[in-house]
Amino acid sequence: MSMAELLSDYTARNVALGSGLLGVISGVLGCFAVLRRQGLLGDVLAHAALPGICLAYLLTNSKSSLVLLLGAAIAGWLAALALLQIVQQARLGEDSALGIVLSTFFAVGITLLTFLTKRGDAQGAGLDRFLFGQAAALIEEDVFVIAVLAAIAIGATALFYKEFKLLTFDALFARSIGLPTQALSVLLTSLVVVAIVIGLQTVGVVLMAAMLIGPAVAARQWTNRLGIMIVLAALFGAAAGLAGALLSLSAENIPTGPVTILSLTLIVVLSLLFAPARGLVWRRLNRSGG
Amino acid sequence: MNALDIHDLTVSYRDKVALQDVDLAIPAGKLAAIIGPNGAGKSTLLKAALGLVPTVAGSVLIYGQPYAKQRHLVGYVPQRSSVDWDFPTTVLDVVLMGTYGRLGWIRRPGRAERDRALACLDQVGMADYADRQIGQLSGGQQQRVFLARALAQDASVYFLDEPMAGVDAVTEQTILSVLQDLARQGRTIICVHHDLDSAPQYFDWVVLLNVRVIASGPLATTFTADNLRKTYGGSMRAAIAHFQHFEEELEQAKR
Repeated sequence: MSMAELLSDYTARNVALGSGLLGVISGVLGCFAVLRRQGLLGDVLAHAALPGICLAYLLTNSKSSLVLLLGAAIAGWLAALALLQIVQQARLGEDSALGIVLSTFFAVGITLLTFLTKRGDAQGAGLDRFLFGQAAALIEEDVFVIAVLAAIAIGATALFYKEFKLLTFDALFARSIGLPTQALSVLLTSLVVVAIVIGLQTVGVVLMAAMLIGPAVAARQWTNRLGIMIVLAALFGAAAGLAGALLSLSAENIPTGPVTILSLTLIVVLSLLFAPARGLVWRRLNRSGG
Repeated sequence: MNALDIHDLTVSYRDKVALQDVDLAIPAGKLAAIIGPNGAGKSTLLKAALGLVPTVAGSVLIYGQPYAKQRHLVGYVPQRSSVDWDFPTTVLDVVLMGTYGRLGWIRRPGRAERDRALACLDQVGMADYADRQIGQLSGGQQQRVFLARALAQDASVYFLDEPMAGVDAVTEQTILSVLQDLARQGRTIICVHHDLDSAPQYFDWVVLLNVRVIASGPLATTFTADNLRKTYGGSMRAAIAHFQHFEEELEQAKR
């Protein structure tokens, strides 16, 4: 298929819309995740979504994306709760707690997934697309769900932008003026879960964290303003999402998630090297010049 | 009227007692210093007064009422090291955060808030830096931006956590004169302070703290060699050692 054909194609339109939206929302929320140093939390939540998807299918026998993603969100939530409990009760370091929760949930997920795909049930076989994402499988209903979730998440971020910014920059001061920082923090993490859940279909649980971290890291290189950083991250995310989806459609046997992440990596590397002021090349030139 | 009344306050982190049975009253309009060795609970005392750490027992009143009711009267300058200065934001934007409390939910700062923030920056001699990214500032300039943010809160009582630690002489003088102006207007300043030499020149009220309150009152009757010895555990030599250690830590923090 040529690119022109791709764009007029029904599947391609869904794929492009879905992946683009995913890029936008993960870019926006990734900014907060990265600035709050919670990039790895995203990784845990994404991996933890897998058993949720499998259980949701096992219990309902439905492959409607709404049902599966609800399962993913609940499992992600439970993982976040488990993390908090382990850090507070067991006095473990956060890194150890992250490691434990990620691998436990993912192990359960892979066990369930293997069981479902090997039991000869043709329906269950499709679930493994959540591992690495398969944009080509997106149908109109999925895109609709993604669009609604994205609208909610971005709307909430716009509404509470001032509060989220203060929480991220200076949580102590935020609490001193009476902001419910705990509740805001939970809300922000929940929005990250929404972003992850959206990404599961196109990027997959394994690589989803990169989709949160990458656009934000790249965007931070080009600006010193949070507002501009968020817009740039949304653009970078959308570009990577589109590139990954269309590349994987244009040839067979190209997994969407990995190609998306590789496109994103290109953006990140270029930003780290060439962004004015913060880029490595710029800094090196400046040093030798001065 | 007392700006701050603390009764029987006890705070502990896990098993360690940080503050025990603290009783304290600071009259309105005072320039008060909280002084004590490392680990004495000075920062904790501020945070407990502001409801930022859970308390085991005790009560805190701001102008006779619980903090939750008096929030609009309080300004706060946290330790400079408590935030990431590489955060993507400008000097003016940080000062604008001081207006968030009055703005309330969702409303964005407008022209009036911007003008107010610029005036506060001017007060600390930082008006020319409004559009700078905060990471480009020196430590002293960062501290002045934090003070400007507190000024934008337009508070009656200000809590400052080591505002003069590790800053340059210009900044120290600027901060001092701003604080003195505030006190002259009848506002109350409560300031964690680390330097015993400058304390008697800067403040007119002192609280000597070492987990418990050792002494609290007007400078002349409270800031005595005897009380300092009790606060710093036996001898002034220990106190001096404490400070040397503290300064070393600061040096390391700066690097």
